[in-house]
Amino acid sequence: MAFFILRRVGVMALTALCLTFVVFFLTNLYPNLEKLAKTQGNARMTDAEVASWIDRNGYGGPMILRYGEWLGVVPGWLREDPVNGEWRGRCLERGQTPEEAPRYCGLLQGDLGFSTVSDDEVANIIGGRLQLTGILMFWAFAVMVPSALLVGVLAGMKEGSRMDRSLSTLAIGSTATPEYVSGVIFIVLLASSTAGLSPILSELGWIDGRTLFLGSARSAMEDGINFWNFTLPVMTIALYGMGYIARMTRASMAEVMTAQYIRTARLKGVSFRNIVLKHALRNALIAPFTVIMLQFPWLLTGVVIVETLFNYNGFGWTLVQAASNNDIELLLACSIVAVFVVLVTQLISDIGYVFLNPRIRIS
Amino acid sequence: MEPLTWSGDLGAFLNPLMLAALAVFVAGFAANFLMTLAGIRAGEMVVNPDHTLSVRRTPVDYALMAMKYAVLLFVLCCVGYILGGALLASPETSGILGGMAARLTPVWIALVILFALSITFKRKLGLYGKLFDSPIGMIGFGLVMFWIFTALFAGMVATHGPIDVISQMRNELPGSPLPSPEDGQYTWYLLGGDNLGRDVFSRMVYGSFEVLKIAPLATLFAFMVGITLGLPAGYYGGRLDTVITFIANLVLAFPVILLFYLLVTPEIVAAGVPNYLSLVLFIFPLLFLVVLFNSRYRTQPPVRNVIVSVVLVAGGLAYLSLISDASDPDLPILFRLWPEALDLFDIPGNLLIVFVSVVFVNSPTVFRIVRGIVLDIKTRDYVAAGQTRGEGPWYIMLWEILPNARGPLIVDFCLRIGYTTILLGTLGFFGLGVSPESPDWGSTINEGRRLLTIYPHPALPPALALMSLVLGLNLLADGLREESLKD
Repeated sequence: MAFFILRRVGVMALTALCLTFVVFFLTNLYPNLEKLAKTQGNARMTDAEVASWIDRNGYGGPMILRYGEWLGVVPGWLREDPVNGEWRGRCLERGQTPEEAPRYCGLLQGDLGFSTVSDDEVANIIGGRLQLTGILMFWAFAVMVPSALLVGVLAGMKEGSRMDRSLSTLAIGSTATPEYVSGVIFIVLLASSTAGLSPILSELGWIDGRTLFLGSARSAMEDGINFWNFTLPVMTIALYGMGYIARMTRASMAEVMTAQYIRTARLKGVSFRNIVLKHALRNALIAPFTVIMLQFPWLLTGVVIVETLFNYNGFGWTLVQAASNNDIELLLACSIVAVFVVLVTQLISDIGYVFLNPRIRIS
Repeated sequence: MEPLTWSGDLGAFLNPLMLAALAVFVAGFAANFLMTLAGIRAGEMVVNPDHTLSVRRTPVDYALMAMKYAVLLFVLCCVGYILGGALLASPETSGILGGMAARLTPVWIALVILFALSITFKRKLGLYGKLFDSPIGMIGFGLVMFWIFTALFAGMVATHGPIDVISQMRNELPGSPLPSPEDGQYTWYLLGGDNLGRDVFSRMVYGSFEVLKIAPLATLFAFMVGITLGLPAGYYGGRLDTVITFIANLVLAFPVILLFYLLVTPEIVAAGVPNYLSLVLFIFPLLFLVVLFNSRYRTQPPVRNVIVSVVLVAGGLAYLSLISDASDPDLPILFRLWPEALDLFDIPGNLLIVFVSVVFVNSPTVFRIVRGIVLDIKTRDYVAAGQTRGEGPWYIMLWEILPNARGPLIVDFCLRIGYTTILLGTLGFFGLGVSPESPDWGSTINEGRRLLTIYPHPALPPALALMSLVLGLNLLADGLREESLKD
């Protein structure tokens, strides 16, 4: 078991290394640096000026060395300004001398760099944004997982029954509705003052405000979340993932229900309710556990879409901003977080599967 | 001129019927649900002493029957709208729904012919024919074919051009008449105008063509890549498998949205990254076809030489035309080497990028599926028989294993087209799509969402269209899976 985990962690570290290098490579391609130089310096730089700016600010030199600097295994760059003799460098605060500053400053030292667009440490930006996204994800999961499991178990306990057919069709419908479609439909139906349900309800005097729900989650960031401003984003994320988990649960449940021991229990005269709750349910929930864990990376895309659609300044929103503003260090940090989430959930799902399933654990 | 109403004159008659059907359905559903909770069961068949069968109906049966007839009535009303729209010439009497149904006449005719032919000959059509035994599969197939025919007949169905702007029609509501219609111009914007004054209905119709142009082809390419890599990885195993699986996992561990942003941003496009990717990815279909025919006709060299050389010349020409574009001076020199005279077609830059990124994202998943199936199938007896006969490994992979893996692959193909459609929509939603004024659904939703709470009508039709197409593909896949499992 220990060897298995160790090997998985090793592969994971290698994957993370490769992926971060790919992101580093793509974000540090010359056209990107050129654009950065022009936005930081001035827009009408000549090619020679761009080249010298890039060199002066530590973006020159071989890619692999700069990746090492960013990772924190190669000493950060240092340059003395030929005009005023001031030292500039990756690890230097303004006014520091090379002796005072640390030699290494990179990911391993916990230094994520400086966001050129927001003018702030990347670590400060990412922390707050991740917290906001964490709240959103938590509620999305709190809605999605129980309802998906319920739908899946209900559908799978009698395969081919009418309930199975209708719930399965529902699940297929939910997997066919990506976030940007369901979000749009929800907003029109529930959060528009001119269309959908809100005008009718408001005319009847059943709701106080002009709309049933708020079509933007901006207020959730400042005034705290409530039913009014957070329902639609949470529902939108939960809906798309729900169908998939439900279908996996259904398949797993249906398979368990055909097992020998269930038939034995039936022949013994155990009631159907007890068979489902006591005998089938626990075994049927092993496979969905993996699926739920692997949903995290999928949710990441959903989070990006939903945060953009509902104007919620979380992690996904930051990623979009960083990518469209060419904010290299911030984008790198975002991708680190994304890659980390994906790999850790994969690891948890692998290990958890082994723990949950005694058949695999023993062999 | 008066704006159109939604249902026109037919509405006075059909709307109450539809509402009644809806009410009966909801009531039936509620009654059914409550009675099931209360423990009342549906009636069961009873074998009488004289060997006849009888069913004693319970209230649950009646509730179910009411639901069934309500659905039937609802469908009949929809058919009424379609027929009414087609028969009543002017949208003024048949309303917006009728007007749209009338514009879609070629699609209805094609659908009816297709279904009539398929159902008549379904026993001779293999798996495709069996699809018509499953209601779910038929509905899915109908939805998919509806959009395919709409895309094919887009020129006849659409009322206006996809980028024709009439500035007075900006954000006009559905059914608004044109301010000063010219001769021969359709007099209304059936689903209203968007924020630039373009016709929402026509853009949705042309959008179906944009989507269906890319999604199936990109999925096909992803399958070729996945199959070409997955077969040897599963069959040989060992170090080859480890390496390819690791690379596939790398791509899979990448969050899709980040990958898109990294591949599609202008700076990275300027560095030629998508072009290098296309260089690598598009060689796989060529490789696939060459190996496919080579392994089949290896024992008959004359035939083999002819077929393989034809594939090589045609495929090679297509490949080189696809990846190179001598007229674009921004590309790296590698992609401008191929002479312009032999360059059969140029793909507009953005289209190629979108295409490549979608293929790139999809192929690792296909690879994993193929690899899994191969690992399962390679232990079968017929594979061992082939090996004993002295067949080459590629013959066994492509002509023994692959045909036997077709069931799950076809099902996954349908699902994956739907997924690709969603991905394309995501790209459009973030404004990374084919081009800013392209009518594809993702871009249209993106444009419409800015004023969503005030003017919902521009964003809603493409959203529903995308949903129905993906739903159709998923249902089709489900039907196919069910029917192929029955064997």
